[in-house]
Amino acid sequence: MIELERHDPPGAARAAMMLQRAHWAAEVFARYDRERVVQILDAVAEAAEAHADRYAEEAVAETGMGVVEHKVLKNRMLSRGLWDHYRDHDFVSPRIDHDAKILELPRPAGVIFALTPVTNPIATVYFKIMLALMTRNAIVVSPHPGAKVVCADAVRMLSDAAVHAGAPDGCIQIVEEPSIPLIEALMTDPTTDVVVATGGTGVVRAAYRSGNPAIGVGPGNVPSFVDSTADIAATARHIIDSKSFDNSILCTNESVVIVEEEVADQLERELRKQGGHVLDQAEVELVREHLFPEGRMRLDLIGKSALALAEVAHVKVPANTRVLVAPFSLVVPEEPLAHEKLLPLLGLVRVPNTRSGISAAQAILRITGAGHSASIHSRDARTIMAYGAAIKVLRVSVNVGNSLGSAGALTNLAPTMTIGTGFYGRSSLGENLEPRHLINLMRVAYNADASVPFDDFTGLEPWVLDAATPAVSAPSEALSASPETDPLREEIRKVILEELKELTRQ
Amino acid sequence: MYDYGFFSYESKEDMLERSRAFWNPNKTDFWQDAGIDLVIDRREGYYLWDMAGRRLIDVHLNGGTYNLGHRNPELISTLEQAMQHFDMGNHHFPALARTALAEALVKTCAPNMQRVIYGAAGGEAIDIAIKTARHTKQRRKIVSLVKAYHGHTGLAVGTGDDRFSKLFLADHPEEFINVPFNDLNAMEDALKGRDVAAVIIESIPATYGFPLPEPGYLRAVKRLCEDYDALYIADEVQTGLMRTGEMWCVSKSGVEPDIMVIGKGITGGMYPISCTIVSEECSGWLKEDGFGHITTAGGSELGCIVGLKVLEICGRPEVRSMVHYMAERFQQGLRQIQEIYPDWFVGIRQDGVVMGLEFNHPTGAKIVMKHLYAHGIWAIFSTLDARILQYKPGILLSPELVDEILDRTEIAIGKAYAEWKAMSRQEVTA
Repeated sequence: MIELERHDPPGAARAAMMLQRAHWAAEVFARYDRERVVQILDAVAEAAEAHADRYAEEAVAETGMGVVEHKVLKNRMLSRGLWDHYRDHDFVSPRIDHDAKILELPRPAGVIFALTPVTNPIATVYFKIMLALMTRNAIVVSPHPGAKVVCADAVRMLSDAAVHAGAPDGCIQIVEEPSIPLIEALMTDPTTDVVVATGGTGVVRAAYRSGNPAIGVGPGNVPSFVDSTADIAATARHIIDSKSFDNSILCTNESVVIVEEEVADQLERELRKQGGHVLDQAEVELVREHLFPEGRMRLDLIGKSALALAEVAHVKVPANTRVLVAPFSLVVPEEPLAHEKLLPLLGLVRVPNTRSGISAAQAILRITGAGHSASIHSRDARTIMAYGAAIKVLRVSVNVGNSLGSAGALTNLAPTMTIGTGFYGRSSLGENLEPRHLINLMRVAYNADASVPFDDFTGLEPWVLDAATPAVSAPSEALSASPETDPLREEIRKVILEELKELTRQ
Repeated sequence: MYDYGFFSYESKEDMLERSRAFWNPNKTDFWQDAGIDLVIDRREGYYLWDMAGRRLIDVHLNGGTYNLGHRNPELISTLEQAMQHFDMGNHHFPALARTALAEALVKTCAPNMQRVIYGAAGGEAIDIAIKTARHTKQRRKIVSLVKAYHGHTGLAVGTGDDRFSKLFLADHPEEFINVPFNDLNAMEDALKGRDVAAVIIESIPATYGFPLPEPGYLRAVKRLCEDYDALYIADEVQTGLMRTGEMWCVSKSGVEPDIMVIGKGITGGMYPISCTIVSEECSGWLKEDGFGHITTAGGSELGCIVGLKVLEICGRPEVRSMVHYMAERFQQGLRQIQEIYPDWFVGIRQDGVVMGLEFNHPTGAKIVMKHLYAHGIWAIFSTLDARILQYKPGILLSPELVDEILDRTEIAIGKAYAEWKAMSRQEVTA
């Protein structure tokens, strides 16, 4: 029964009902075996990939952000790619540790309430739904209002594919009309087992205030240090490819390149070759004035192309420009160029040596982005390690573009759309979000004394108490009346009744 | 001292004493004698609290009246808002809320349904259905099922078991024919004189303990009605509003009734109304003499607004999905209990969350009812077949509450089993 406060926001009762439906689905889903889970994900990954192009177009059309071909790539990566990555992992079956005499049973969280951002709408929807299914969780997706139409369509499509492949009805649902009060009501609802929040700081903090278990991640502000040992041509290519990817709306995109003076001119030349337009001081002023009125980034420019930004800033740039590069000298909070920029505008800071470079990176992360990610372009192991030790991030990608590097596509980090920012970034998660974060392991532990034997659990199915226990199934589409009484039972019943009659007659 | 603000009682005993003195002595005593000393006090969700403070889970829901829980917050809020602008309304005039609910109701029904006539409670809506059928066919005879129950008003009571009609000399056997349930030959015999106005059937007869129609029975009855020019009245008072996993139980049988009656749950126990939905063919008197049935409280506009909300809630895909899960969970759980007491708990009649549990004694359900009550569950025996316990949980239950209900039920059935065993032994020795 849903408890509703008098002044709950519109739609709260209905949305709470969605959680309750999800709860029912989760109860059934938790008993699925690995084979059925794999079947479902095969189907869902295929459906998601098949719609990757269409949703990429619709997402760009609805949000006005990003680049269709890059979104196609992300949508494929977060559907087929993600499933290829995890298909051989098992988050379902019992694990037996004979040495420790411990049996582990994966237990799903239950109902995930997932917030998805406007910047990467479909990729994040795909990602969170696939993770939920891999771990047998039900999921209710609340998309950013700016991408609600395309997200609702995608969620419904995946839900149909999943249920068609045998997933329990209601295990994937969508909040079609998200609003802040409604989201707060859902986050705090006791039926929500975990909130997985990807989005702005406000949303993430609210998730942690909810009183429910939450996985939320902080914002990024990626320093990218280029030292004098780097392969400058390759570095420039990586940086421009990464910074222009989907017009820079992944939170892992490079914010400020910090370059050692010794190779700075060379880097600028190489950046230009790759389509980076290095602004002169007058142009930097125009950019500050038009893109950062009163020192704040214009939110309506997020995910726009470099050419569009140049036009807004009244800066003339070559037609092949992919990234605007804005040199500045002082990394301080009042410098707008030192903040996170979800647009193809890259700060550039020159430093005299490695120590100053590390200091600049630290300064950038003092402004925002602690716990998130950074990159380094260097061939000096000592520098790379010192950089990693000194700056407050939890992943540093090396000699690779950070947009896809820290997100796990170009490195062996877990492929993700949710970057845990850990204690530095006020998050409960310090890693890239992956399926194992959405289960608990129940451990059956035996007496450690060597004389006590461990039992043999091989081949046993959890939830099956005896051979007669029926396999769990999602309810059928149409409810039928209860089947005719079992003839054998009917026979037994008759015999018993006869016996009773005999007894009473005597 | 029990001070409720509007009134107060010295004690529960004082309350029961005054109940006997000023209200209904027999009914008051009936429950005390049956071991059910319930005086309903606080009510919320699927819980009731006795005056003495004891909590009960309501698995009776007064025949589905509290389908959506007692004092459902969405319905409270709807009624409160409605009262800012509306009152009961005036039955003489075209009415805003009545029309809106009528339109919404018709949309949930078979395509042949066209108009809604309102009453204040289920019995009145049955009376309206019978009057409408008689006007349409210009015949008096109504066929109903043996042990049927359609309410207590003037015409409705005539269709039912004479347990209620004879008391008030309200039985009219020449006009109200009873035929046995699931017996198509008897039905055909009753209809083939072509002098019957309508057959009235509760899609699953509740007060008779929810015996399930045999597959194809309702459809065959409807076909007989068509063959012999009688109308089909579906009484959906207890089986409608998603209780069987679809909005109306009768539509699951593939029957398009000519008249359908809805009551109880349509306003969630907040502000009573009842509805008789009729086809175009049966709309005759509404065109000829719209003042033919007048009812001041019937179709109160406050009730209509709550009814709109109830329909909206019941129609949510979330609710349908949950009812399917619940039905499955109850089915599994009850079967497991049955495996423990196969000679005592001999039958499970179930369609969605409409359930009748059958026990192996002529008053077995009364014994189980008493033990359920002692273990925190309120469920009632079937008035017209006391072997059967009516087991009618709501449609918004959580898995946890279903499990709790099943746990309590298992214990109560076990205790009732022990009592039955002891009784059987006594009978043997006597």
